[in-house]
Amino acid sequence: MRVMAQLAMVMNLDKCIGCHTCSVTCKQAWTNRAGVEYVWFNNVETRPGQGYPRDYEDQERWRGGWVLGRRGRLKLRGGGRLRKLLTIFANPKLPGIDEYYEPWTYDYDTLTNSPLQRHPPVARPRSLISGENTKITWSANWDDDLGGAPDHGHLDPVLKGIEDKVRFEFEQTFMFYLPRICEHCLNPSCAASCPSGAIYKRSEDGIVLVDQDRCRGWRMCVSGCPYKKVYFNHRTGKAEKCTFCFPRVEVGIPTVCAETCVGRLRYIGLVLYDADRVSAAASTPDEKDLYEAQRRVFLDPEDPVVVREAERAGIPHDWVDAARRSPVHALISKYRLALPLHPEYRTMPMVWYIPPLSPVVDVVRDTGHDAEDRDNLFAAIDALRIPVEYLAGLFTAGDVRPVDAVLRKLAAMRSYMRDINLGRAPREAIAASVGMTGDQVRDMFRLLALAKYEERYVIPPAHAELAHGLEELATECSLDYEGGPGMGGWGPFGENSGGAPPIAVENFRMLRNRQTADTVAGPVDKENRVNLLNWDGKGHPEGLFPPRPAERPGGGDPAGEVEPRP
Amino acid sequence: MNAWDVLLWVAVPYASIAVFIVGHVWRYRYDKFGWTTRSSQLYESRLLRLGSPLFHFGILLVALGHVGGLLVPKSWTEAVGVSDTAYHVVAVGLGALAGLCTLVGAAILVYRRRTVGPVFSATTRNDKVMYVLLLGTILLGLGTTVLGNLTDQPHDYRETVSPWFRSIFYFQPDPDLMAAAPLGFRLHALAAWALFAFWPFSRLVHVFSLPLGYLTRPYIVYRSRDQHLGNRAPRRGWERVR
Repeated sequence: MRVMAQLAMVMNLDKCIGCHTCSVTCKQAWTNRAGVEYVWFNNVETRPGQGYPRDYEDQERWRGGWVLGRRGRLKLRGGGRLRKLLTIFANPKLPGIDEYYEPWTYDYDTLTNSPLQRHPPVARPRSLISGENTKITWSANWDDDLGGAPDHGHLDPVLKGIEDKVRFEFEQTFMFYLPRICEHCLNPSCAASCPSGAIYKRSEDGIVLVDQDRCRGWRMCVSGCPYKKVYFNHRTGKAEKCTFCFPRVEVGIPTVCAETCVGRLRYIGLVLYDADRVSAAASTPDEKDLYEAQRRVFLDPEDPVVVREAERAGIPHDWVDAARRSPVHALISKYRLALPLHPEYRTMPMVWYIPPLSPVVDVVRDTGHDAEDRDNLFAAIDALRIPVEYLAGLFTAGDVRPVDAVLRKLAAMRSYMRDINLGRAPREAIAASVGMTGDQVRDMFRLLALAKYEERYVIPPAHAELAHGLEELATECSLDYEGGPGMGGWGPFGENSGGAPPIAVENFRMLRNRQTADTVAGPVDKENRVNLLNWDGKGHPEGLFPPRPAERPGGGDPAGEVEPRP
Repeated sequence: MNAWDVLLWVAVPYASIAVFIVGHVWRYRYDKFGWTTRSSQLYESRLLRLGSPLFHFGILLVALGHVGGLLVPKSWTEAVGVSDTAYHVVAVGLGALAGLCTLVGAAILVYRRRTVGPVFSATTRNDKVMYVLLLGTILLGLGTTVLGNLTDQPHDYRETVSPWFRSIFYFQPDPDLMAAAPLGFRLHALAAWALFAFWPFSRLVHVFSLPLGYLTRPYIVYRSRDQHLGNRAPRRGWERVR
């Protein structure tokens, strides 16, 4: 057993309202530069739909991910090493800019500069690629909210095989939103496709990153990733991808997409897994067993053997503790609500999804039945094969049984909690019908519906900052510790003088303090600083000493209610 | 031996080689981020799929031919019993084929670069200089070979150019050999030295990134968090414990 820790995410699709806030904030944070105008590390797709880039799930066409070879061994669907090298001069499977979309801006200048004329001036769209006037014909969200679905809804690759039934049912359409980021797979085919070896998986937290200094722009990763979540920066000639906001999670704050999610549908936490079993699990012969196989790779952090092995593998104790409290572990392994996206690609993805019950609920309610009654919902799950089969096509390689089980749990929770909310006696039989106890259902409800900040995001900070602290003691102002009077990075000539401030750790600690403080950032905080020149050494002025453990919010009473943070 | 010969066939080669080597070391140390193919396939794929492999495989073959022609002394091939005629037929045959592939590929690529809007606007001045030098060298070389073989008496470069080229690397340069070569060869050589001197500062550096290591490395690369904490190297005495 070789225990490794992986930072993973679960998204509860029932709560996604498709507002694209995650996409916009991610873009502002990471891809608001020239060369990556067309890139969305995070995007939200309407399903059924073609997705972004168009049609990316059709692996017959794009040949991403892994397949089993004749002797049952994993091989890249796009071809082995030699084939990659022979096609290195022109990648045969690279999506063109049209498959994403041609990014554009508007010629706003004419609005203010045009002379007086009879007709108001128009800001024409201008391509950001060629600089010419352009016609907008496609974008990352062209089929948002099923827009244009009668025309090209059937082009969704997941509908293959059930498109007849869906067309029949389309008058009573179903839809839901699917936010996507890089899956940070356990068996990443982008990394395996990279000829330069520039894409690597961090051994501490499993985040998959591109080394910008080693990437040589061969573009094989773009083809190798079946989720098409590695992008080519056409200005720098380097591959770029979602970083899981590593500068943020290293100091224990959630990714930008998760932090800004208004539906609070994202959960971030650690999963411990056995690295020795990954390739065996990925080589499971029947692709419908891949979901189960991947779940069995995960380890139970309560198991003393696992804890001992984790310690042997050098995983710090607080990380094991965080893995125990991890909401991701709970949703995947304890409640078994979360399912992986397209396990049939055999990359062992690590961003999982709780399939939405809403397509079922909507139908029950629209037909005039009680949509919170267990029997109605169960019957509907059995009867409504189209949404269920579609969900199975996304999350379990077409096996409807796990999806059925998840939807039944969600339905049971819905009707069990309805009784409680109406002040009636809870019916244990409802919980028992999905193999749970009432307490478990209530815990699940708390995690899914209340979704407190501290319970959604259990992110242990990385341990490197301790070493850096040592370095700072020796090399910088000794009052420049967190919350100390010297904090704020003064140099000898005022606020911004001196050397370059270190990235990541310190900056983001400050950022977190600012974000979680009650006061507006900046001036208010400065007034509270203690002037050491006239401090007489008595008492404990506020802000001079770090808070004691017992005084920290939430530190003393883990069971207590904690204020939701902004 | 006059001063011009020494300048052109001794000084220029050594200067070019020095710039080539030092330039690459410098570029690798200070501009790893800029070390890339700068592919434009995202903008246009159809023409590239035809032109790029033609050009690249062609020029690899051309490079191989140059290794054979310049570095292998005539006495060696004669020693293993390859007659002059046989050598000539093979060299001209393969060379013409490779040269044609390269030229057709390059023509497609240049056409693409000029006519496809986004590709053209992504072309830097550096790229243009590189194109002129590269195409100039190719055209001069190919032209010399073709024209030379159209006349009855093709020049035997293995008596002049090759020994001169090798003499540079023995550090006993013999400019007289090159001065005796026909004009075409001399121009081709000069263009090549200019190209080599410009090489480290252009996108051509990607030649040295041919990822042969991919054939042997494990598929998935694991790496630990950056050894550097923050953006500075650790101070002496404060390195992390291993």
